[in-house]
Amino acid sequence: MTDAPLHHRSITAHARSLRNREYSCLELTRHFLARIEAAADLNAFITVTAEHALKQAEDADRRIAAGQATALTGIPLAHKDLFCTRGVLTSCGSKILANFISPYDATVVDQLNRRGAVILGKTNMDEFAMGSSNETSHYGPARNPWDKSAVPGGSSGGSAAAVAARLTPVATGTDTGGSIRQPAALCGLTGVKPSYGRVSRHGMIAFASSLDQGGVLSRCAEDAAIVLHAMSGFDANDSTSLRHPVPDYPALLDQPIAGKTIGLPGEFFGPGVDHEVARCVDQAIAQLGRMGAKTVPVELPNSAAGIPCYYVLAPAEASSNLARFDGVRYGHRAAEYADLDDLYAKTRGEGFGAEVKRRIMIGAYVLSSGYYDAYYLKAQRLRRLIADDFKRAFERCDVIAGPTTPATAFAIGEKSRDPVAMYLNDIFTNAVNLAGLPGLSIPAGFDRNGRPVGLHLIGRYLDEATLLSVAHRYQMETDWHRQTPPGYA
Amino acid sequence: MPITREQVAHIARLARLAMDPAEAEFHAGQLSRILELVEQMNRIDTTGVAPMSHPQDAALRLRDDRVTEHNRRDQYQRIAPAAEHGLYLVPRVIE
Amino acid sequence: MAATEWEAVIGLEVHVQLKTRSKIFAASDTGYGAEPNTRACAFSIALPGTLPVMNVEAARLAVRFGLAVGARINRHSVFARKHYFYPDLPKGYQISQYEQPIIGSGEMEIDTAAGPKVIRITRAHLEEDAGKSLHEDLHGMTGIDLNRAGTPLLEIVSEADLRSAAEAAAYLRKVHALVRYLDISDGNMQEGSLRCDANVSVRPAGQKAFGTRTELKNINSFRFVEKAIDFEVQRHIEVLEGGGAIVQETRLYDAEGDQTRPMRSKEEAHDYRYFPDPDLPAMRLDDAFIDSVRAELPELPDARKRRFQSQFALSAEDTAQLTAEREFADYFEALAAAPGVDAKTAANWLLGDLTAALNKHGMRIEQSPLPPAHMAQLLQRIADRTISGKIAKEVFAAAWRGEGGVDDIIAARGLKQVTDRAEIEAVVERVAGDHPQQVEQYRQGRHKVFGFLVGQVMKATGGKANPARVNEILREILNRETG
Repeated sequence: MTDAPLHHRSITAHARSLRNREYSCLELTRHFLARIEAAADLNAFITVTAEHALKQAEDADRRIAAGQATALTGIPLAHKDLFCTRGVLTSCGSKILANFISPYDATVVDQLNRRGAVILGKTNMDEFAMGSSNETSHYGPARNPWDKSAVPGGSSGGSAAAVAARLTPVATGTDTGGSIRQPAALCGLTGVKPSYGRVSRHGMIAFASSLDQGGVLSRCAEDAAIVLHAMSGFDANDSTSLRHPVPDYPALLDQPIAGKTIGLPGEFFGPGVDHEVARCVDQAIAQLGRMGAKTVPVELPNSAAGIPCYYVLAPAEASSNLARFDGVRYGHRAAEYADLDDLYAKTRGEGFGAEVKRRIMIGAYVLSSGYYDAYYLKAQRLRRLIADDFKRAFERCDVIAGPTTPATAFAIGEKSRDPVAMYLNDIFTNAVNLAGLPGLSIPAGFDRNGRPVGLHLIGRYLDEATLLSVAHRYQMETDWHRQTPPGYA
Repeated sequence: MPITREQVAHIARLARLAMDPAEAEFHAGQLSRILELVEQMNRIDTTGVAPMSHPQDAALRLRDDRVTEHNRRDQYQRIAPAAEHGLYLVPRVIE
Repeated sequence: MAATEWEAVIGLEVHVQLKTRSKIFAASDTGYGAEPNTRACAFSIALPGTLPVMNVEAARLAVRFGLAVGARINRHSVFARKHYFYPDLPKGYQISQYEQPIIGSGEMEIDTAAGPKVIRITRAHLEEDAGKSLHEDLHGMTGIDLNRAGTPLLEIVSEADLRSAAEAAAYLRKVHALVRYLDISDGNMQEGSLRCDANVSVRPAGQKAFGTRTELKNINSFRFVEKAIDFEVQRHIEVLEGGGAIVQETRLYDAEGDQTRPMRSKEEAHDYRYFPDPDLPAMRLDDAFIDSVRAELPELPDARKRRFQSQFALSAEDTAQLTAEREFADYFEALAAAPGVDAKTAANWLLGDLTAALNKHGMRIEQSPLPPAHMAQLLQRIADRTISGKIAKEVFAAAWRGEGGVDDIIAARGLKQVTDRAEIEAVVERVAGDHPQQVEQYRQGRHKVFGFLVGQVMKATGGKANPARVNEILREILNRETG
């Protein structure tokens, strides 16, 4: 047995210990289930699948005994509640799916199951992933373990809170405009969103199909590399899934930083950034410099248009993707209705929360006749300009760095009445989704209130490996990622 | 461009969202603010720029014409709000 | 003042179900007639998280149609989402093609009373079919069956080039024949494999501008197409002549009352909010793909018709009938290729007795109990004078009933034609002896009774005597006795 408590150990360490029979998967699973129960006030989980987890753990123990273990066999994890899990509630944080027991597994879930990972449960999230604070969840807000009066970020807020409080070694998330990286930053975690097309979207309940991408929230880049490697790959069930071979991310973690060029866009370091966030990010970049990285200024001149562009395209796709929730084949159905249209309107009126309705309406509006060209087409043209900016910038650098968010975690309730203020949280992250690039956030310090700050790294298309290796090398020299919230040690 | 309560009611109807006047009024204010944000797009000239609908420049992959999905009606209808004789039930539809 | 002469202006949208094994975007079965929702897979019922994956065969069949009508095949086409709420549309949108369809403009020639006429095809695009609403006894509810949801459709849109209900019906028949020829659809209208909407307007003859149009939905038989359009054209004329105006709307044809009425569910002005489907990148077809489809293209009906005319020296009318359906033309060709079979006789038998029998039993040619080889044998027995044309009808009927092969039937029933002179002479002598009065009349120059006497001889031989021989011998004997 090792000295460090089980919940502070890395996936690699667990895998080694499980193989050496230092402890069993069943023990490990019980350990995390107990922590989840003790931390119920964080509201990080919508569903805890304890019984199923113990069964999976027993299977994993048998598999290890038979010498058939993979890097993930017996490793507990949690799935964001928008990944379909067979036989388990998959609510997407919404009342409209509050009774939806998925009849199938998402490809991501299936891939991780097959490698022997143990599902602890399904994590809380903003309804249909629409939000940056986890406050739009039908199940109430998840809380930030660093300060329970603060939001954990969103939309993968439950996943972030769970990993930060060490209730699970790792959790899946999804990122449409920053929904992995922003909560990772606000909770002091490593969060990686791969290139669009790397991770199958099959079984991931769609928010905005051309932007959504599954990824990982973890304690460190090494864990992220192992899980992302297992999640990625071609899936015939997703027409946007890439055929490109997935590099062996864990094996590539040790690439040296020396010789890498880091681009610093002036647009990411403006007056809108909280000065303590700026200080931490500057220090992190200086650290990377000491480790041998070169820095160059780059320009992303259209980045200011990212938010407006995103808030046309994402709602447009969402209004379409959410049309299927009509109370006919699954999910919530209004109890009383006069006729068919009334059934639709009441079911959807009752089933969706205010933010989701807002986005559905914005989406329907920008696609409707007479407005399409001015809004939707205009946004698509801007999207190309934004993507082209990145292409040009990557001619001069290997990685782009900046703050993940303009400020650290804010108080629950602080921004929930002002959608526009909420949207501005994703100002640095959503352009990455528009361009389909990989992005990652790693812990880079704390503000004076002890709230974590995230460093945002953006990579070339399909170059997750470089991002992960820069993050890993940085984490070998720093210990921000090893800090745990008080009370969760 | 501010959005009126009437426009909200129209969009809500298009999107099949039941909405009482107070809710429509509330959303009218919020949607107007969002559109104001969105209209910042107009500060950038996009003349001659081709719309980009997808982050990849890939061609659609075409699948072989094979039947691999088989009957799972019972599992699917177990979660249906109303099904009978294998049919999903809805209020009478008049064409 | 002379009454206004009105001209009808009609365009058709024909929805053709493509003959694929699996659905256009999902791997469940497309077959007709299964228990409700047993072919409604996860994607067909729009389970959250499910995604479309395009079926290559649907693209092949669409391209096959495009090549057959000389259309532009678009190397780059885009799937878009068309939004509306309806319970038979589980996703709340239909995946269709809007701005960039797979097939661009082409044309098709139809036969009209005034001769051949070219009808322009605007475009043809791929889309998914919807499910079905059933209104049977479900305590006042409607039942939804999503088996059909996701079946591939090719929507073929014509220009408003049709000028009468008859032309519209001729065009629809032509599309029907073509898709069956190309083997891209079974074209079964009862089962809904081919459905048609019509855009109808009228204008005073000579006027250039179009009148206000109405759209007629789901006219699902050739007969109804003509009747529905005729009714609608008349309705337009009556409204306009009564000083009224046509309301642009969607109407439904009611076959029982032979009238059209506005569709209630389509009252609301549509705003389909089309946009490119983000789940499906643009479809790109390369030359190799298009060439491979071209290589599998069968001979097209018009070409085949021309070839039949020259190769078999048949009339335009006969060849038009023979080539109207691919299976029919295939049957004819197999028959005409058999040794000793005359093409004209083959055509007559096919368009005559065989067609009559098929129609009587409601059968298609490929279901005929007499395959081409058996039919060829029958025609060979006529040609080699084993049986007469008349006896052949009896043999045909027996073979149709399944009494055996042509030669077996001839042998079993003793139907072999009698050509032996002595045998026929004996019967003629007997008939002449039995009918002295008629023989006398003939000899007095009343030659009309000759036919009666031939008939008696034929009757006496059970129809087996060779009629030419009978004529010859009877005439000889009648003339000889006077001499």
